[in-house]
Amino acid sequence: MTTTDRSTNYRIIGTRPVRPDGVEKVTGKAQYGADIRLPGLLHGRVLRSPHAHARIVAIDTSEAEKMPGVLAVVTHRDFPAARDVVQEIGESSVNALELSDNVLASRKALYRGHAVAAVAATSVHLAEEALTKIRVEYQVLPPVLDVRDAMREDAPLLSETRFTKELGGARSEKPSNIASHLRFQGGNPDAALEEADVVIEREYRTKMVHQGYIEPHNSTATWNADGTITIWTSTQGAFSVRAQVAEILRHPISSIRVIPMEIGGGFGGKLPIYLDPVAALLSKKSGRPVKVLMNRTDVFEGSGPTSGTWVKVKLGLKDGKISGVKAELAYEAGAYPGSPVGAGSMTMLAPYVIDNFQIDGYDVVLNKPKVAAYRAPGSPAAAFAFEQALDEAARAIGADPLQFRLDNSAREGSRMVTGAPLAKVGHEECVQAILDSPHYKSPIEGPYRGRGVASGYWFNGGMQSSVVAAVNPDGTVNLIEGSTDIGGTRASLAMQLAETLGIRYEDIHATVVDTDSVGHNDVTGGSRTTFASGMAVYQAGMDIRQQMCERAAREWNVPVDKVEYEDGRITWTDGEGTFKETSFAEQARTAAQKGGPIVGKASLSARGVGGAYSTHVVDVEVDPDTGKVTILRYTAAQDVGTAIHPSYVEGQIQGAVAQGVGWALNEEYYFDDEGRMLNSSFLDYRMPTSLDLPMIDTILVEVPNPGHPYGVRGVGEVPIVPPLAAVANAIADATGRRFTELPISPRRVVEELHGLA
Amino acid sequence: MARRTHVTTSINGLPTEFLCEPRQSVLEVLRDELGLTGAKEGCNNGNCGACAVILNGRVVNSCCVLGVELEGAELTTIEGIADGEKLHPLQQAFLEEAALQCGICTPGFIVSAKALLDSDPHPDEHKVRFWLAGNLCRCTGYDKIVRAVLKAADAAETPVP
Ligand code: FES
Ligand code: FES
Repeated sequence: MTTTDRSTNYRIIGTRPVRPDGVEKVTGKAQYGADIRLPGLLHGRVLRSPHAHARIVAIDTSEAEKMPGVLAVVTHRDFPAARDVVQEIGESSVNALELSDNVLASRKALYRGHAVAAVAATSVHLAEEALTKIRVEYQVLPPVLDVRDAMREDAPLLSETRFTKELGGARSEKPSNIASHLRFQGGNPDAALEEADVVIEREYRTKMVHQGYIEPHNSTATWNADGTITIWTSTQGAFSVRAQVAEILRHPISSIRVIPMEIGGGFGGKLPIYLDPVAALLSKKSGRPVKVLMNRTDVFEGSGPTSGTWVKVKLGLKDGKISGVKAELAYEAGAYPGSPVGAGSMTMLAPYVIDNFQIDGYDVVLNKPKVAAYRAPGSPAAAFAFEQALDEAARAIGADPLQFRLDNSAREGSRMVTGAPLAKVGHEECVQAILDSPHYKSPIEGPYRGRGVASGYWFNGGMQSSVVAAVNPDGTVNLIEGSTDIGGTRASLAMQLAETLGIRYEDIHATVVDTDSVGHNDVTGGSRTTFASGMAVYQAGMDIRQQMCERAAREWNVPVDKVEYEDGRITWTDGEGTFKETSFAEQARTAAQKGGPIVGKASLSARGVGGAYSTHVVDVEVDPDTGKVTILRYTAAQDVGTAIHPSYVEGQIQGAVAQGVGWALNEEYYFDDEGRMLNSSFLDYRMPTSLDLPMIDTILVEVPNPGHPYGVRGVGEVPIVPPLAAVANAIADATGRRFTELPISPRRVVEELHGLA
Repeated sequence: MARRTHVTTSINGLPTEFLCEPRQSVLEVLRDELGLTGAKEGCNNGNCGACAVILNGRVVNSCCVLGVELEGAELTTIEGIADGEKLHPLQQAFLEEAALQCGICTPGFIVSAKALLDSDPHPDEHKVRFWLAGNLCRCTGYDKIVRAVLKAADAAETPVP
């Protein structure tokens, strides 16, 4: 279902064509990172720490090096000394020193799975055998595994030289695992809570979870004799890989060429690099191309999941309005600083108008993998807490939870906790869409059945994009872009170009090229590609239109500003009966004779990004004997700006809901006391299967973003924000019990319902 | 390195011979020895279905079968599902229904779904969900995949004139 308030009628935007890369992907021909085959290719594997916290005393690689068929072994010693500089990688940033240390540990292993050495051999099996021959002497240290424990003064320290960055730039007196403390405040929350009619105060916890992309990380590299490096990899941003590798290897950025392969999912987890510098060094040492792959356990233990969290909310109501909020958020950053606690703090209250608030956020290191971005990073856990507290508050005053949200909703001009006013946004429209939905109007009956709702917000990103659109003589256009296509952006960009030029979608050939072949493009992250690269595509299209109009004007000897371009037709009239006409196709065909090739281009740092809201409703049934929660029905409404390709917008929402349901019900990193992850396989890390979910209904609410020529908003991230709380609220409705800890697994449900906890 | 064994088999209808180590899985043989990279490795231990192939009429996870077991067998991989240039109705339906996002799971789903439709041309939604529960997709939430399989089943129903 789509509800639209746009005035423009588009020819192509809003239709559902087949994507350009579709046939290759359904026939098995598409080349993903691991599919690359090169002459003389070696296979690399990485040795990982079995301990969650240990000093690395010595590494002896001599036995492994002696094995026939083993051509190179590398450790941290092979890296140049890294610089203490911070790099932006889209939705997160990395410190080069820490990145280098994460890619191959130097003095300490900071989590189980931390890479310590790597081998290149003539076969994968040989490489794996060689790993067993590397002797690492560890001095095992006590690990700290829980965010609240890590914050204590007597906690084992990950680093003796890390102090807390306090408010106002101050530094803590003693070293600490709390890397930073931030605060947002406004009004007078203490007084508001004092005077409130109803106060809800609770603590909430979520566990570390993984993005769960099906394709493991991979990288293949050749270090050529002339010092150039070529890297084939699955990444959300080829340019970001290039910059990170250049920094870690202290190699000229222009001597590195990154070729983005098709990518098998990322969700934020393929923004940081893990294997690329290792593959490059192994290639340098062996003189051969090297392909390094992670296996699934490596992915769980050695890549970047998202934070486990602890959130405390104190919420007050006065006359049916949210009058004051105090909240504390502590997020696990993993082994190095950089949790998304800032984003969690900034998004938590964004759907509502709340004048009195104080939010304290803590970024906490502990002996788990360094977290990476995961779809609207930081926001789902914050919403899990706040949207449940809100639900309790609405119940306490006997209000309908949706009407309550509508009555308190943020709108254009409302202020975020940062003080920034909102542009035109669609939260009220989303809540209204759910209120009006057949789902919400249907009864929910029967024992142990319940219904829950929740809302969520995500900023979305702008950042840099660069595209080239080259017109072919046959009236088609090669669209050359540099943004990773994870879920259909070649289609959504081609559609925007076809719309701009007034030609057929099928006549645009969209290709994602390597870092030598197009201007800089930031990562596919922050839901930015259809928005920002779409804006670049629009400008490149307008550039082509302008060039064609100029050519026509020259030929007709008329002023160019009187020449019009519409739907692929180029016309001029003097208003007195004289009329001239040419077309995109004709200009394309005759370009060689009339001034040479026509190429449109655009490079930009996109502004005008529009935030996105989403409101969900879910019905569940709880089995009191087994503790299993069944999702009976799910409907998600989202302000999508303009749905360029509605099927892929729906797909983003449905996929995010599935991830959110998994996060709510089953998924967690399960560690023993020594910090060993006990469920590092897809059997034991339980992601939803087709049997666990119903069809997921979507309502695309279109409140066009005024900052984009076609009204595009990012759509990929916000739909993972509401499900955690919506499911928890539904379970509370079904059972009369509040589950404040995730996952709400069968065990936890049974323990709670039968008083066994 | 262990001695390599000579294996004679049939892959996508073509007689095929290869040498493989006893420890190499069918998935490794396909990808590393035969250049058939359509089957994907998502887990290498039977939990994701990205490597699904049809072995003697049954769908199996190729990461859990040894290469030497292909001796005398008939194997169909994603590369053998289309009829030359002509896509299989499942492939067509996956495209039209936007049943793939990143597409890494797609070969496994199409192979598994083909085995389903071969055994039951008219499954209902629950049967499709049950049959495909061994294939993980992290991008789509399965909605459009299930619809695509049901659509392909419908398409097959229409008698060819
Ligand atoms: S790779 Fe074979 S089942 Fe996952
Ligand atoms: S489309 Fe990405 S895993 Fe299924």
